[in-house]
Amino acid sequence: MKADRTPLWLGIGLAVFLGGGWLIPAWAQSLAILALGKGLVVLGLLLLMRCGLVSFGQGLYYCLGAYAAVSISKIFNLPPSLLTSDAVVMPLAGGIVAGAVAFVLGFLLANYRSIFFAMLSLAFSMILYGLLIKMSVLGSSDGFNITYGTAAGIRLAPGAHLFALYAVSVAMVFAALLGAHRFLSSHTGRLGPAIRDNELRVEYMGASVRNVVHLNYVAAAVLSGVGGGLVALSIGHIDPDLAYWTTSGEFVFVAILSGTTNVAAPFLGSLIFEWIKSVAYQYTPYTWQLVLGVALLLVIMFLPAGLWSLFGRRGKGA
Amino acid sequence: MNMRRKLVTVATASALALGLAAFAAPASAQEKEKPIRIGVVTFLSGAAAGPFGVPARNGAEVAAEALNGGKVPAPYTAAGLGGAPIELLFVDEAGGTTKQVNEFRNLVQRDNVDLVIGYISSGDCLAVAPVAEELKRLTVFFDCGTPRIFEDASYKYLFRTGATATMDNTAAALYVTEMKPALKKFAGINQNYAWGQDSWNDFEAAMKVLKPGVDMGTSQMPKLLAGQYGAEISALLTSGADVVHSSFWGGDAEALILQGAPRGLFKKSTIVMTAGEPTLVRLGTQVPEGTVIGARGPFNMFAPDNELNRWFRKAYEDRYAVVPSYPAYKMVQAILGVKAAWEKAQAANGGKRPSQDQVIAAFENLSFEGPGGKVDMALGKGHQAVQGTAYGITKNVGGKVTVVNVKRYPASRVTPPDGVKSEEWIKSGFKTAK
Amino acid sequence: MASLVSVLIDGIIYSSYLFIIALGLTLIYGVMKILNMAHGSLYALGAYVAATLIGAWFNAGLNPYGSLALLALSALLVGVIAGPIIERGLLRFMYGKDEIVLILVTYSIFLILEDVIKLIWGVESYTAFQPYGLLGNIDIGALPYTVYDALLVVVAVLVGVAVTFVLTRTRQGKLLVAVIHDREISAAMGINVGRVYFITFTIGTMLAALGGALIAPKVSVVPAMGVEVIVLAFAVVVIGGLGSLPGAALGALIVGLVRSAAVHYLPEVELFSIYLVMALVLIVRPKGLFSAAEARKI
Repeated sequence: MKADRTPLWLGIGLAVFLGGGWLIPAWAQSLAILALGKGLVVLGLLLLMRCGLVSFGQGLYYCLGAYAAVSISKIFNLPPSLLTSDAVVMPLAGGIVAGAVAFVLGFLLANYRSIFFAMLSLAFSMILYGLLIKMSVLGSSDGFNITYGTAAGIRLAPGAHLFALYAVSVAMVFAALLGAHRFLSSHTGRLGPAIRDNELRVEYMGASVRNVVHLNYVAAAVLSGVGGGLVALSIGHIDPDLAYWTTSGEFVFVAILSGTTNVAAPFLGSLIFEWIKSVAYQYTPYTWQLVLGVALLLVIMFLPAGLWSLFGRRGKGA
Repeated sequence: MNMRRKLVTVATASALALGLAAFAAPASAQEKEKPIRIGVVTFLSGAAAGPFGVPARNGAEVAAEALNGGKVPAPYTAAGLGGAPIELLFVDEAGGTTKQVNEFRNLVQRDNVDLVIGYISSGDCLAVAPVAEELKRLTVFFDCGTPRIFEDASYKYLFRTGATATMDNTAAALYVTEMKPALKKFAGINQNYAWGQDSWNDFEAAMKVLKPGVDMGTSQMPKLLAGQYGAEISALLTSGADVVHSSFWGGDAEALILQGAPRGLFKKSTIVMTAGEPTLVRLGTQVPEGTVIGARGPFNMFAPDNELNRWFRKAYEDRYAVVPSYPAYKMVQAILGVKAAWEKAQAANGGKRPSQDQVIAAFENLSFEGPGGKVDMALGKGHQAVQGTAYGITKNVGGKVTVVNVKRYPASRVTPPDGVKSEEWIKSGFKTAK
Repeated sequence: MASLVSVLIDGIIYSSYLFIIALGLTLIYGVMKILNMAHGSLYALGAYVAATLIGAWFNAGLNPYGSLALLALSALLVGVIAGPIIERGLLRFMYGKDEIVLILVTYSIFLILEDVIKLIWGVESYTAFQPYGLLGNIDIGALPYTVYDALLVVVAVLVGVAVTFVLTRTRQGKLLVAVIHDREISAAMGINVGRVYFITFTIGTMLAALGGALIAPKVSVVPAMGVEVIVLAFAVVVIGGLGSLPGAALGALIVGLVRSAAVHYLPEVELFSIYLVMALVLIVRPKGLFSAAEARKI
């Protein structure tokens, strides 16, 4: 067996992204943070899709990740702290809260498959949406603004905020990639595609399908929570739309666009999607939906394994 | 297989390259008559486009064209802004706050606009405000109604030339209590999101202050864009309210009228539509008589008969074959406000093109004229406009719909003083004591 | 306090509207196993066509009662034109693919149709209010209701009965049911599955458009009216059980009544009442209320 070169590639990629980040203009850094944050959510979707499940409700965790830290401080009137204004702690806190909620909901959701899993996950995300709309302390549908002043406790110089967030995003993404890669090569990770193929046989062979699904669900939620936190910090504003079903739908869209062959695919797909949206907005402000729809159709028709298949046959089809 | 891969790689690379080239900043023109690029952000798609976004965009086009041709009446006779032509860049406000923050950054950092005017949605306004400060670019909000912008924070680069929704709902309460002194019960039907919730809260609080002991029948809060209000209308009919408050807009407002009128809702209660003027423009005589209508300020039928108003109405009607509604008025008000500030700064700068800081200094605490009358940038440390407002009742005269029994409310009666939050102000009984 | 009668009536009216929309969706899913996200746009298309036709009809000063026939005509037109174009022109090539990919195909069709509608009809709202008040009011309980709404209920019942009749009594209908149960065996038995798909999709489109056409006189037809409907229709279909007609009816009834009760008694919960119902139903009956027993392949 060939030595696993992936961590090496990931390390090189990390260096390239951090170095390159210095050179690209500010608006491109913002775009990149958006793509990376959303890419994390899509990575979570990839884990679930490998198990044969599609979640139309990742918006729930994406929104929780964004709202968690700051909502707690607003509701209980706490002073701004490390938890709410740190570029590293806030997304991680969001991820943890999302994971905790997923752990509880997972007991229910792990029993469902295909369209029912999708609709039930959608229902929960819409319930969160409805709850947030009702909470005027959190600004209802207008939401509220968030800011960050430190990264991992280190105070940021004015003007360094954007690059600091970019660096944090890149670091978190590569950590996630390494983690995902390790997970998917592990015993539990390999059970995912097996479950998708034939659950009954997996049970007969002694593995617990429910536990594996539950685990994947929680992992996807944590990733979505962290992604939500990062995007929220980058935009500086959060509102309940993060939990709306069209947001979740967009993630599924990008997941199919990227394909499930490689863990890096979601980020490429996310970047290209944000780019297409931006270009469509700029050049066809009146018909950007049409452009998006046609682009998606073209990808589905000509690149059925997602955009990653442009790079040849590396990596087995999941 | 190899050939295909090569082709695809080349295609992708060139597409990416072209895309990046598209992102490159446009070449800058010569100095003196360098056009002033204004990013205009308003709804061009979705439910808010028809009633608000498109009239606003139309208003911007009419204003820019007339200004560049020097056709606007005094005191705005100079061409463009102080002689430099205006160039408008339109961006669709649809897509959510995340998208809008991104697009704002693109406008400022990629497209290098000189200033940004726009934003109808309060959510977008709240999200964009800190980014405008961060990127240090003059930004003018022309329409969004949330009082939170300048009540929650102070800004240097941000201005708002339209008054807040507090004014709309306070004035509505004043109007109905004056019109119906025997009023015993009121109810409401508002869209269940920040705009509807805030409008209802302000109206309810104001009613309780103006008429202590008044009963609240039912507060219906259907989902935004629900479209079907059968059950809600039944609930309102059952409640027996004398007055029903609604901040509905667009398709929802039209649906409420289309579904409520045949069932007698508008006969049983007096309906107050705080943002009803665009609906009046669209539906005309279909709006039942006796409906109280607001235009979020002295716009359209409430506008004073001055030269600016006459010019604007004619220019807009000539071009678009329809009367301009309040979003169009508010957009022109914003553009003229910028022009007034710009030219004041230019005069103070010895006739040379002013810097952004000079324009900002001139804009603060400015008073200027618009097609709706005088605007004073008197709140938010000189960054937030105050204006009076008006309400009236619909009546069909000679087959056309008009508004009668117009009552005007000066800004002081319907706006909280600087430094006081809207909610507290209403609950305190509209104290204007400084 | 609101009388129980008003709650019931309002609930039934809303349910009828939901049922017509959900019927098309559940039929398409049952036969083709495609969750048609473009359903909302087809509904919107029906509404726009109806609004345009009614507007033209009244401008031409023709007999007002004829406008009611235009509603059915709009549905027919949209079904017969849009349905085949989408099915033959696009979906036909995607049948082998994964269920989720098919959902995305329909999602892209939805995006495209939204802008096509905007290109044809613009962003202004259309009103075709005349038929709504045409038939007058009736008083039920203490409240006036329009006869049009009563008509809506009648149409919903008729459509449900008609579709059930076609599915259980006619030959074509029985072939459809066979395909719902097992596509492969049906094909093996010589049923032209491709043609069954075509017919189903066309009928589904017609039903979606009918929902839109019937609603057009009550509302102002605006862009993005289809977006809200999609999730409502999905929720009803999932509650009732995918592919089940009585399921769609029961699901619509439950959602309509719960919503009506919320509006009258507890307006604050109205916003997520439908999702709560869906979550509760799925917890108790994981595959919806009327789910067919499925054989598991080992």
